[in-house]
Amino acid sequence: MSTLVIAEHDNATLKGATLNAVTAAQALGADIDILVAGAGCDAAAQAAAAVAGVNKVLVADNAPYEHQLAENVSLLIAEVGAGYDYIVAAATANAKNTMPRVAALLDVAQISEITSVESPDTFKRPIYAGNVIATVKSTDAKKVITVRGTAFDAAAAEGGSASIEAVDSAHDAGISSFVGEEVAVSDRPELTAASVVISGGRGMQNGENFKLLEGIADKLNAAIGASRAAVDAGFVPNDMQVGQTGKIVAPDLYIAVGISGAIQHLAGMKDSKVIVAINKDEDAPIFQVSDYGLVADLFDALPEFESKL
Amino acid sequence: MKVLVAVKRVVDYNVKVRAKADGSDVDLNNVKMAINPFCEIAVEEAVRLKEAGTATEVIAVSVGDKACQEQIRTALALGADRGIQVETDGAVEPLVVAKLLKGVVEKEQPQLVILGKQSIDGDNNQTGQMLGALAGMPQGTFASEVVIDGDTVNVTREVDGGLQTVALKLPAIVTTDLRLNEPRYASLPNIMKAKKKPLDVFTPADLGVEVTTHLTQVSVEPPAERQAGIKVEDVDQLLDKLKNEAKVI
Repeated sequence: MSTLVIAEHDNATLKGATLNAVTAAQALGADIDILVAGAGCDAAAQAAAAVAGVNKVLVADNAPYEHQLAENVSLLIAEVGAGYDYIVAAATANAKNTMPRVAALLDVAQISEITSVESPDTFKRPIYAGNVIATVKSTDAKKVITVRGTAFDAAAAEGGSASIEAVDSAHDAGISSFVGEEVAVSDRPELTAASVVISGGRGMQNGENFKLLEGIADKLNAAIGASRAAVDAGFVPNDMQVGQTGKIVAPDLYIAVGISGAIQHLAGMKDSKVIVAINKDEDAPIFQVSDYGLVADLFDALPEFESKL
Repeated sequence: MKVLVAVKRVVDYNVKVRAKADGSDVDLNNVKMAINPFCEIAVEEAVRLKEAGTATEVIAVSVGDKACQEQIRTALALGADRGIQVETDGAVEPLVVAKLLKGVVEKEQPQLVILGKQSIDGDNNQTGQMLGALAGMPQGTFASEVVIDGDTVNVTREVDGGLQTVALKLPAIVTTDLRLNEPRYASLPNIMKAKKKPLDVFTPADLGVEVTTHLTQVSVEPPAERQAGIKVEDVDQLLDKLKNEAKVI
């Protein structure tokens, strides 16, 4: 039995989500290889080889893979993955884009965002915005799986000494091309990797008021998130959205400010270790999941909280 | 340019779904059903392309039992021209839906297929990408902007760190994210008109597709319940609890 883990990386660095996927792969009980597909991705491959518990790193370093275009990368993964029993990736935007194409090329189901491995063919995954946890059994010989990162601890990034092997296979489907990207530059930790997250909702009233969160985020080294309501209202960009259709986070401390607590938002944060809610509506559903609730006007509470930290 | 839009009948997003007590399945008795919110955004985008003169015809397709005709009619009331139902016994897996949609794509030869990025029941986020692979079409998933430019479509996508723009050769697949547009409400006259628009029904066999099962649901259960904690009096008490009780700051 063998497992191919697809690395999440930006050519220069290996992303932390890969480490959670490796832990999930370990639970499958098979030998683990990692595939790094990119262009000029040697540094990411070196980092993958250092991950504990990895047997071999396969590197496909070719121009068509530079921007992770799903049309090209899926052809590569389907080809390389043909020799494996499991193909596993963390459920990042890249993997969500690419892995279903891989599954379809191999004529198998994809098992999306698993949160536990019950046995080699049986998995748990949340459905209906996490209101229900389904146990599903796969009858496919080859299994394509994405992993919810928050449900699995990160594997050790150091201590491994996997061999690195080049894969000389350049698939260019020739039907798509990269035009450009706008990546938010921030000194703060990534939302899905931060140990503290502070999020604002509709109660913030406008985007300008998110500055009230920034001072606190700076002091706590926190990432800043938002509810869908705040994104829909145009206060902040969508990549800050925490929830069923946004990012799933599970930090040590989650501070929800001016967020009522719709089920779609809870789906994205309720596995956080400690939840704090600040809301002036004492009946807001967010208080039903918070460890510490403060009924207060956020415009009074936030400056006081920041000054006393 | 012909545009195909896929719509799915799902539990209304306001409903809090629960597992049945015996854990056999989710309890969907007497639950309000609706068009999947992301599919509604897909219909809106297609209708806007038609209003802009870019699309010539908008076809709404759904896979499911007869009840899903209700959601096809919703799409028709929102401005789609005609409907197609692919009749199956209840829900089928995303891979099968993708194969059925590929059959419809072969029949209708649309230049653009727009789908929701995920349905809010299964939360799979697979069908559009699978259709892309099966039909050999490029995809712009999680789209926040779609611009047709001759035989190319430029799609701006919501990705982890921000936005990415890709250029796709038509015919192509687009899956919608929340900010692509704000869907309109159907007017009463349009709801009445929608009842008279054509709606064809196909079986999987008509499309040459065998309905297969790759995943079986063993059981369902409620998630681990989180107990409500305490209310603190003021900011001082909150800081004290976080420092000394929870020890997280």
